[in-house]
Amino acid sequence: MRAFLKYTWVEIKLFLREPMGAFFTLVFPLVMLFLFGTIYGNEPDAMFNGYGTVDISIPAYTAMIISTTGIMALSITMSAYREKGILRRLRLSPLQPHVILAGQVVVIFMMTLAGMLLLILAGKLVYDLRFDGRVLDVALAFLLGSVSFFSLGFVLASVMPNARTAQVVGMVIFYPMLFLSGAGMPLEILPESIRNFSKYLPLTHVVTMLRGLWIGESWSLHTTEIWVLLGMTLAGVVISSLTFRWE
Amino acid sequence: MSSIITVGGITKTYGETIAVNDLSFSVEEGEIFGMVGPNGAGKTTTIECIEGLRQADRGEIQVMGLDPIRQERQLRPLLGIQLQQAHLPDNIKVWEALDMYASFYDNTLDWEDLLEELGLMDKRGTTFRKLSGGQKQHLFIALALLNDPRLVFLDELTTGLDPHARHNIWDLVQEVRQRGKTVFLTTHYMEEAENLCDRVAILDQGKIVALDTPANLIRDLKISERISFQVKGEWKSGALEDLPGVKNVQRQGDKVVVLGPANGAQVSASIVTGVVNALAEAGTQFSDLRTEYPDLEDVFLTLTGHQMRPERSE
Ligand SMILES: Nc1ncnc2c1ncn2[C@@H]1O[C@H](COP(=O)(O)OP(=O)(O)O)[C@@H](O)[C@H]1O
Ligand SMILES: [Mg+2]
Repeated sequence: MRAFLKYTWVEIKLFLREPMGAFFTLVFPLVMLFLFGTIYGNEPDAMFNGYGTVDISIPAYTAMIISTTGIMALSITMSAYREKGILRRLRLSPLQPHVILAGQVVVIFMMTLAGMLLLILAGKLVYDLRFDGRVLDVALAFLLGSVSFFSLGFVLASVMPNARTAQVVGMVIFYPMLFLSGAGMPLEILPESIRNFSKYLPLTHVVTMLRGLWIGESWSLHTTEIWVLLGMTLAGVVISSLTFRWE
Repeated sequence: MSSIITVGGITKTYGETIAVNDLSFSVEEGEIFGMVGPNGAGKTTTIECIEGLRQADRGEIQVMGLDPIRQERQLRPLLGIQLQQAHLPDNIKVWEALDMYASFYDNTLDWEDLLEELGLMDKRGTTFRKLSGGQKQHLFIALALLNDPRLVFLDELTTGLDPHARHNIWDLVQEVRQRGKTVFLTTHYMEEAENLCDRVAILDQGKIVALDTPANLIRDLKISERISFQVKGEWKSGALEDLPGVKNVQRQGDKVVVLGPANGAQVSASIVTGVVNALAEAGTQFSDLRTEYPDLEDVFLTLTGHQMRPERSE
């Protein structure tokens, strides 16, 4: 346990020292929040069923953070660790292989959580954030969304030959998804044709689920999301456990 | 003494390349065992098979009676390993790396003492990215010794170090052995093997060509002298090869190396006079002539017919 705590603590420090990762996880979502919060405020809006822009943006940006950390941070870190032989050095210690990987996931999860909590804090303090859901439901949805994207990140880390490719492929997946899934901007403002396409993006399901539970909808409205994300997690775990390489 | 490592007939191929070809040897508890040979000889492949990092295609390996791959979990805490190629995260600080790795073991040495001994104390707050090559090497040696392992593997332990740092590491390795530990090292510096190792296996093209103490290896050469000199332009070795007592004449670029005389031959006197006379008779322009005791490099040359490190003659 002491080993695991030391290891994850060092990895958290390393995460925060990496300017890109820390910025996109912790700072950029806040910048977006303040930017659109300043432009649109948080007045109730008929387009969002009486919720304000900030109210609906926070669960959406949370989904954005999940995809940033899963597709980008996790996969790039893991491929770089493999490419440089950092994983190999870690494996020489008595630390168990599954503990090494679990540590990475835990650190990325905590950073994702920190990103969300910062958004909530800013929303509460500055925009009188409205929350009509149940904390436990949102927490579970957050966990499911995170796990599904982390497993996607592990698939990328497993099949990409090096960190550079992982980064490029990650960006190719990330950016279109960010804008077309409702994570970066509300789906409501996108044309119908794009919204039809959005249904096929995994991130859309995270956004829909988080936004729904945020305003107090019941889980029963989100069975599709649950199955899609559970399926994605399972597929990701299977694929990456078959293809993951330590060196 | 009992064998801490036994290797029985291991072979490892990469595609067409036979990296390690049917190697068998054992390492005794408490010795400094060295594996020397040129780049590509198969040293890293061998050491990493023993460490459980690679799997040999054929053959048996036992480390402290355990199988390094199937019983990896039991072995890990007992081994200290410095890899030929290794990396830590760019932004990790020296103290964080040591503190973190120390937490992975039940028993460790005081890492501050290790830093002190390795001259890294003033770098404890420096990130890995900012260390020089030699400092990184020192850090990896510290990590290998951190858990006070019963068996230490050091792959190319002093590559890239200046002579002072190299001697420092040698002292450290001797100290480790004095505390009853076993050291398995590889090097492509013959001088290092000769100075540091109790026994040396000379590896060439995946095979052991000789294995003994450095003193025995040199004695078995039956050569007591190495004469080297520089020549310019056209030059034929014939006249020297025919001299009584001369065992081997090699030319690399402008440098010529003559080995002899064979111990026990009638010619027990130095062959220097003969060599110089022969050169003078042939009207050869030579310079920088010196005589030295033969070393492991000459053992390698004699056994394999080629130079260990071509750059030595440049
Ligand atoms: N992972 C690998 N893939 C392919 N060839 C390899 C690999 N590792 C080593 N080799 C080859 O095996 C031979 C022995 O290499 P190595 O064990 O690294 O030698 P040394 O450590 O003595 O320099 C070389 O010809 C090298 O190119
Ligand atoms: Mg090597």
